[in-house]
Order: sequence, then C-alpha cells, then structure tokens
Amino acid sequence: MRTWSRKGDKVLTVLDRQEAAVLRGLVGQVEDMLKARAEESPQDELAALTGIRTGPFTSPDDPILSRLLPDFHRLDDDAPNRADQESAAAMRSLYEPEVLDLKTGVAAVLLRTCPPGGGKVSLTLAEADAWLSALNDVRLSLGVALDIKDEEDLSLDLPEDDPKAPHLGVYHWLTWVQDTLVQAMAGDGPA
Amino acid sequence: MTVPVEQDQTHGEEVASEDRPWQTVVWNDPVNLMSYVTYVFQKLFGYSRDKATRLMLDVHHKGRAIVSSGSKEQMEADVARLHAAGLWATMQHDS
Repeated sequence: MRTWSRKGDKVLTVLDRQEAAVLRGLVGQVEDMLKARAEESPQDELAALTGIRTGPFTSPDDPILSRLLPDFHRLDDDAPNRADQESAAAMRSLYEPEVLDLKTGVAAVLLRTCPPGGGKVSLTLAEADAWLSALNDVRLSLGVALDIKDEEDLSLDLPEDDPKAPHLGVYHWLTWVQDTLVQAMAGDGPA
Repeated sequence: MTVPVEQDQTHGEEVASEDRPWQTVVWNDPVNLMSYVTYVFQKLFGYSRDKATRLMLDVHHKGRAIVSSGSKEQMEADVARLHAAGLWATMQHDS
C-alpha cells in the first residue's frame, strides 16, 4: 500500500488486492456484529409511533461489542453504586441505537469506497473521517481478540508458530494505515 | 392543554454553579492512537491542536482526562459521540 496523500479536498492511496480483501473482510465482520446487536433492540408499538428508539439496558455479553459500546459511567469498581448502574442502563438504552447507526454507517462508507479488487482509493474528507472511525473499530475489536491490555503487549515479538502472530501483523498494518491517514488529514503527512 | 411549569429564575448564582456540574472523562487504552485521539478532540470539540494534544497526553500519562464539562444532557451527547469515534469515555458528576 502507498502512504496516504492529500490533494485538496481528496485523500488518496492505492491498496493491493490482498490488502483490500483483508480490510473489507474485517470491516464486514465488525459491521455484522453491530447489526446483530442492533437487531436485539426491543421493538414496540410506542417506538414505532413516536420514532423514539430504545436500545438494550445491559452491556453486551460479547467482550468485543462491550468494548465498542462502553457504559456511560465507570462501573468496574468492586461495588459500583446503584445510582450509576441505573443511570448507565438508562443512557445505554437511549443512546445505543444512535451509536450503532454511526458505527454501521462508517463501516458502510468504507465498504463502498474500498474497491474489492484493490486499486486506487479516493476519499472526500467526510469519507476519510468515516474510514478513521471504521479502522478504529476494527483495531479495537482485534485488540480485544488479541488480548492487548497494555502497550507492552504490542511490542512483544511472538514466535512465528504462535497462532496469534499473523493477526498481530494485520493489527500493526491497520495501525499504520490509520496513523498515516490521520497525518494526511491533519496536513502534516509526507507530501 | 397544559402550561409550562413556572421556573424560579431568582437563584442566579446557584443556576450558574449547577450549570456545568457534569464532566466527560476519557480513559487511556492501549489501542487508540495518540494521533487519532488528538484528531478526535479537535474534530468533536473544536479544540486547538495544542489543547487537544495536551488532553491526549493527560489521557496517555495520567490514565484519564476531563475533556468537557456542562449539563448532563450535553455530557451524554459528548460521551455518545466519543463512543461512536471509538474512545473510552464516561461521564461523572463534578464532586
């Protein structure tokens, strides 16, 4: 892949076929998980009538979804206070549908603008913003799957026969793609 | 028909102090990139590059930073936008 370049209101790169396939595959998986979560939302006549959607009150059981959709309060103390628990449940129900819409929205933008066979990628600034968020969701998901708990977990050189090694390679590649895209957007990337 | 509940507007100072009682906190995590976190603070809050960088470094070194404060509803919206961007954010009452 070429590093991103900014030309006026466009952000450009070139992906090879395999890179495009890996990226689209991962974004598609995260999108599927998010859509499945959205379908768990309670449907009722009142919501249909008012257009006010409500999501679930509880955090997803899946650790990846739970990282993508955090609680609105810190609840991980030994004894979280009851008021915070109730407030977090209410806010999750209120805001989760919107957060899910935004996340599936950016995934859809990436899938629409990333050519399946690889090749030139040309993004508007809004599309590039969507790529940043979608790339971040994929990296967060891989971070959970790879059990990355602190910065040191990333610097570990895994033995080649470790089953996680190829995934960590993909993670590092995505880190590079996202970081260079931020730099190109911020205007301080390589010319 | 109903009428709005009359609001007591006489306690100006109390209203002002109650006006920004909530805070949005962003927590450190090993995945989010320093460059991306800075970019998100600039984009979502309109902060300068310097201020966004300072907040990002607080998150990185101190484990957390208060990135905005205001009414409960404003902070709810901020947390939701930060979650959409993938940052680990929570809100708390200023104590």
